[in-house]
Amino acid sequence: MGAFLEAIDLKKYFVIGHEGTVHRTPVTVKAVDGVSFTLQQGETFGLVGESGSGKSTIAYTIIGMYQPTAGSLLFHDLDLFGKGKTRPLALRKQIQIVFQDPGSSLNPRQTIRQILELPLRLHRSSSDLLTEVVRLLELVDLPPAYLYKYPYMLSGGEKQIVAIARALATSPSLIILDEPTSALDVSVQGKIINLLLRLQRELDLSYLFITHDLSLMRNVASRVAIMYLGKVCEIAEMSEFFTHPQHPYTQMLLSSIPVVTEEEERAKPVKVISTGEIPSPVNVPPGCSFHMRCPRAMEICQRVDPAMVSLGEGHTVRCHLFEQSQ
Amino acid sequence: MNKVATNKQNTLAISPEEIRKLAISSRIDMVRRGWYKFSRNTLSMVGLGTVLLIVFLAVFAPWVAPYPAHAGPFTDFAHAGEAPSSAHLFGTDMIGRDILSRVIFALRPALIMGVVVLGLVVPLGVFLGLVAGYAHGTWPDTVIMRITDIFIAVPALVLALAIASVLEPNLTNSMIAVSVMWWPWYTRLVYSLSSSLRNEDFVRSAELMGASNFHILFREILPNFWGPIFTKMSIDMGFVILLGASLSFVGLGEQPPKPGLGTMVAEGADHLPDQWWMVVFPALAIVIVVLGFNLLGDGLHDLLSEEKG
Repeated sequence: MGAFLEAIDLKKYFVIGHEGTVHRTPVTVKAVDGVSFTLQQGETFGLVGESGSGKSTIAYTIIGMYQPTAGSLLFHDLDLFGKGKTRPLALRKQIQIVFQDPGSSLNPRQTIRQILELPLRLHRSSSDLLTEVVRLLELVDLPPAYLYKYPYMLSGGEKQIVAIARALATSPSLIILDEPTSALDVSVQGKIINLLLRLQRELDLSYLFITHDLSLMRNVASRVAIMYLGKVCEIAEMSEFFTHPQHPYTQMLLSSIPVVTEEEERAKPVKVISTGEIPSPVNVPPGCSFHMRCPRAMEICQRVDPAMVSLGEGHTVRCHLFEQSQ
Repeated sequence: MNKVATNKQNTLAISPEEIRKLAISSRIDMVRRGWYKFSRNTLSMVGLGTVLLIVFLAVFAPWVAPYPAHAGPFTDFAHAGEAPSSAHLFGTDMIGRDILSRVIFALRPALIMGVVVLGLVVPLGVFLGLVAGYAHGTWPDTVIMRITDIFIAVPALVLALAIASVLEPNLTNSMIAVSVMWWPWYTRLVYSLSSSLRNEDFVRSAELMGASNFHILFREILPNFWGPIFTKMSIDMGFVILLGASLSFVGLGEQPPKPGLGTMVAEGADHLPDQWWMVVFPALAIVIVVLGFNLLGDGLHDLLSEEKG
């Protein structure tokens, strides 16, 4: 049996307009440009990156909202975009998503009962929907009194808990968490994270956790991938990632995490001053897309896009620095 | 395999009986809160009172009107053109009919007009708007909205006049005429709302779970628009009645001897200013009807838009 979820050279380009009057060539945004990774059963795979780095596009492609431009996504060796345009229900049921903004992901005109009943109705043969809904609420520690509440009566955190319950309704094996806590207070974030970790233990779930918050990532993920302009820079085990970051971009990100104590300050990599802005994904620079901001850029970086280099034990880096050393 | 169900024991913290009670009590809570919010606004209460009074008068016209016979073919030249008095509170017209009775009876075709027109126009307009908005950017959107634009481009009263004059002048045909020109406004309203709502995460979520288009249109999207739709319906009720009165003013509505508010104003206009009551009271009735539905509409707007929180 192959990997639980495997992305192979996944690409997603968006056509945003056309150039030229006679020969109209499409102008594309390379939101995801050749991303490969594997996700193992039961793990939390973190996807980190700045805004516009393509992490949400990956989430939406896996869930089936977008058709990939090229490459493939294998779920238990089964191509998610294999046959036909619509994904069969049995496959939809396996992969669920929790959106970033709980205010928008719950229908303001439906009661919690109606919201949770929809996935049950579509994916279950059970006749007693109401019992199932109450069980779902119990599973996420919400009292049954919430059955007939409307989303506007709930706090942001509670709404997100309902969204999580809805994702659980189909008994999925993979849940995509698209910045599930970034719209919430820090105190509520902790509660949601603890709930997610407990559910993962109890239900044997795999998470694809998307965030731009590295400190949060440190607490939840078992492996991390760093994305920059639609490409993965570095994939590593959690501990390896924070103790031995290799890619200059990773070092830059990690050295910019705000810390409280001296001890933490020493644990961080040497301060790398971050310069410049993330370039527009419409006009990606040639060669390595990071070369303009990279403190260790070389001549080759401006011409050739580096390939993924394995540093052993599931640690891969996409940088010319390591190609040479091999 | 059912992980969620097997995870917990087969006992629920709440019995089905309690759940039923909970459902009822939350329903009652909603109604009570809604009424509280609505009743705090004096103007909406005035609107509601006016509308209820108008409906009551129209429904029970034969019992409420002082001279029910005057609503039909009736003449009494001995009392023609009398000024308002205790016997005839609104005075009498040129053939001696009691104007108060005729105004009360004229409320019937006015309300029927409003109810029938909106009953035809709202389902059609809302359905087309929903489909076009959800299909935003594709061909159903283009087809529906361009047809809508054509209807909106023609002035409402002119179109209604043209249709009503081609057909035989009576109440039914004037209702058809008004309906033909009224639906595009609902399509426009719902289109603009649904084309923005289709990108909300809860719609995407339902799509991703594999819900049918029917479910998404009518269960996910439409319930969010009841507020604007009901508000517009209430305000439109007044305007449809006004337009019906305009048509009957030029002789295209309810035909004599049946009373129509517009017809009465038209007939009385020849006798201004001396016998002012023939115009003023039917005109006042039109104003009150339109105002009543407008105030009610405002109240509904406040009630239904706040509920979203």
